[in-house]
Amino acid sequence: MKKAFPILGILTFFLLSYALRQALVIAPTEQTMGNVQRIFYYHVPSAWTAFILFFVNFGASIAYLIKRRPTADIIALVSAEVGVVFCTVVLVTGPIWARPVWGIWWTWDMRLTSTLVLWLIYVSYLFLRRFSSSGETPLLAAALAVLGALCVPFVYFSIWFFRTQHPQPVMGGGGSIDPRMMHALLINWLAFSCFAFLVCWSRYRLEKLQRDVDHAHAMKSLLEPHGSGR
Amino acid sequence: MRQNPYLFAAYAATWIIHITYLITIVRRYSRLQREIDGLKK
Repeated sequence: MKKAFPILGILTFFLLSYALRQALVIAPTEQTMGNVQRIFYYHVPSAWTAFILFFVNFGASIAYLIKRRPTADIIALVSAEVGVVFCTVVLVTGPIWARPVWGIWWTWDMRLTSTLVLWLIYVSYLFLRRFSSSGETPLLAAALAVLGALCVPFVYFSIWFFRTQHPQPVMGGGGSIDPRMMHALLINWLAFSCFAFLVCWSRYRLEKLQRDVDHAHAMKSLLEPHGSGR
Repeated sequence: MRQNPYLFAAYAATWIIHITYLITIVRRYSRLQREIDGLKK
């Protein structure tokens, strides 16, 4: 397994480089927005990757609630944390794209607001994991994650059900997209998905090491001689 | 391709966020590795 990591890392690096070239050079320039539209090739794949990670968090949380396995708990934590990172990218690249196109950095429409709420829910999940020392923390976090996951389809379908400033979806939303743009979009999504997998793998190893250290500290304090009595 | 500051800012922000997160993982891993090596001694 350990040997696979650097190989996957190198493959991901080349895939990201290829995806970047697709986004900046190969994909045609959009007629209305011009080159700033190329933010699309980072913004949308980041959103899709975040949604997938939150779905993984949902599955792992359900598994933990049913089986109480530590591995499920670690996967839930890792996927939520990396999902928050990707969702942060979405919330940063979105306004940067909006400013030259809409003339505003932000608007409180359904898509943008629900994405921000989704981000806040998972940040609160991470705060709970970080600052709660109760033995029930994984259980409470898993319950919060199950509820938080309900937001993900709400965010995704918000532009179908509500009038929003945000553009309609390029896939399944009735709109059309140049095949070269679709190719660049899918390549970037694949590249970011591979990148997310590697980041999750690294974070998983970190969490395992953290728990080993905590366990070692606990064993050390148990085995240390106590202070002298009266 | 014409220079576009918003395009550059979005791509740069993306990688700054990802690289910052990766750096925190690496630093925490190194610290924990030193800690567990110390506990084993």
